[in-house]
Amino acid sequence: MLQLGVAEPMRECEYSQISTRSSTPMETPYKKRTPKKRKWQAFPGRNKFYCNGRIMMARQTGVFYLTLVLILITSGLFFTFDCPFLSVQLTPAIPVIGGVLFVFVLGTLFRTSFSDPGVLPRATPDEAADLERQIDVANGSSSGYRPPPRTKEVVINGQTVKLKYCFTCKIFRPPRASHCSLCDNCVERFDHHCPWVGNCVGKRNYRFFYMFILSLSFLTIFIFAFVITHVILRSHRQGFLNTLKDTPASVLEVVVCFFSVWSIVGLSGFHTYLISSNQTTNEDIKGSWSSKRGKDNYNPYSHGNIFTNCCAALCGPLPPSLIDRRGFVQSDTPQPTPPTNGITMYGSTQSQSHMCVQDQCIQSTKFVLQAAATPLMQSEPVILTDEASLPGRTSLGGPCSGALPLGGQPTPPTSTPNLSCDNGMLPTRNDHSEAHHHMDGVHHHFLTPEEAPSPPGMLPCGSPLGHSHTIQGFYNPASQDSLHEDSVRGLVKLSSV
Amino acid sequence: EISAPWTFHNLQELRHSASLANKVFLQRDYSDGTTCRFQTKFPSELESRIERPLFEDTVKRLNIYYAEAEKMGGQSYLEGCLACATAYLIFLCMETRYEKVLKKIGRYIQEQNEKIYAPRGLLITDPIERGMRVIEISIYEDRGSSGSCSGSSSTSGSSAR
Repeated sequence: MLQLGVAEPMRECEYSQISTRSSTPMETPYKKRTPKKRKWQAFPGRNKFYCNGRIMMARQTGVFYLTLVLILITSGLFFTFDCPFLSVQLTPAIPVIGGVLFVFVLGTLFRTSFSDPGVLPRATPDEAADLERQIDVANGSSSGYRPPPRTKEVVINGQTVKLKYCFTCKIFRPPRASHCSLCDNCVERFDHHCPWVGNCVGKRNYRFFYMFILSLSFLTIFIFAFVITHVILRSHRQGFLNTLKDTPASVLEVVVCFFSVWSIVGLSGFHTYLISSNQTTNEDIKGSWSSKRGKDNYNPYSHGNIFTNCCAALCGPLPPSLIDRRGFVQSDTPQPTPPTNGITMYGSTQSQSHMCVQDQCIQSTKFVLQAAATPLMQSEPVILTDEASLPGRTSLGGPCSGALPLGGQPTPPTSTPNLSCDNGMLPTRNDHSEAHHHMDGVHHHFLTPEEAPSPPGMLPCGSPLGHSHTIQGFYNPASQDSLHEDSVRGLVKLSSV
Repeated sequence: EISAPWTFHNLQELRHSASLANKVFLQRDYSDGTTCRFQTKFPSELESRIERPLFEDTVKRLNIYYAEAEKMGGQSYLEGCLACATAYLIFLCMETRYEKVLKKIGRYIQEQNEKIYAPRGLLITDPIERGMRVIEISIYEDRGSSGSCSGSSSTSGSSAR
């Protein structure tokens, strides 16, 4: 039966064996007790999710709807009132080109607004504890009072870059990442928070944002030019006042386009400059790489020439989302940082998934595991003790196996635009700040201030995990329940899309 | 024939006979910019557990794979332009190169776990599950109950097969 060679079919066999051994009735009560929750429902940032996690936006989306309405109404008026005349008088290519531009604008807008900008998931409790330990060792300070802001220096391409520690996410931010205070997330290659698209602009959606403003510039100029043409042509025949009576919508279009053109075309130009020099809005406004700071100050991320920078920004590889919005949460114990120990996205590997389950079991029930000192490699005995209150492991199965996740997803959640939703977008009447409405077309960049440090200290459940403590003499039997979960997980391959 | 079932059982036995002792985190190495690389520094906690060349080999290979995923060359530009031309709808049927490489990495990590790390009581977590921030290596301690564990410890000396 057990043959060498292919391990996978053996694993299949083994899992089916284990499942028959496991008492299935034991799982269903736990299953019924706690419903499966998707990760987006437990997301710690201030984001809104729609379509069961497929769409991700910032909390305040009022201005986004304004943008959408402006575009739809102006374009709608153009197609209804101006295009019939123009297609007859000039060429039918005008509505076609206009249509293509319009579709492109909407597509890129939706892609920018609905996708994950490159949010960095928060550190797991273990990671945070490990980092804190390292920092404490480096600082030589004892925990108890808030230590000074933590930075790490790294040399990139000859430039010294400071990596800051994010107190909210409990990570050292990668270079070019920044914490958006509006969304309460660290975002990779953070450009700015754009209220007009209702989302942050970061590594994953910067190219869509750029294409949106670029195509919107073209659309605006296009509509503006052809509405003017329309009015002029008509005025030649009927006179100006008659024209205005016939097509009053044209006036509205001209007004909207006139005021938009300056800001949007200006913005496109600005971002073209940023792309060609490979900077983010954040860096440019802070003057991080300007020569004014010092003679030797230069941008270490630039590839050297404009063409390569543009290609890299617009056609480079698109990294997948790191937050796995539609995955299932494993543990249903509320934690300050969300459980990022989740199912893998790319075909679960049983070892990791089971280990994650075990981690959650250990963490969530705070069980004392007292193992006999029989190390596998005959090193000095190192034992895990965890905070615990439960005497036996049989009761461990309860909270853990409740959240029985399904296996890996066939495709990562955010790489597809997925513009079609079952129930459409759910508009929310948010309490969007009035300040947004006062923006008269000037693009308002939300720069993130330095994150105010939250109170330090370990997370309540995470701290003792992973630290070796005193040796105990007890021995506890293995958990049957985590095995059952693993076997069920192994059986259930794909989650629902 | 006897060794194969023991190796196979190794990963399984690790679950219900070993307990988590410690976790080591390999942080990102940003000296090359924002591209994904992990530090290859050998953590002291693993000194007694695994041979240094094996470990460094794993991390170096992972770095190579990540570099491959993020490489900007003809193929990635072509993919980007094609995607733009089809309004990114093409990704409904095909997956990006990045995703393909990530799957390869997942398989590689699983293979490494089975062959090298689990027999030594270690497990590597795929960095994608940790937001690409760290490579998490869990160190397990054997509780030494069942007989198969003694079998596994006897084969723990064998490395890749």
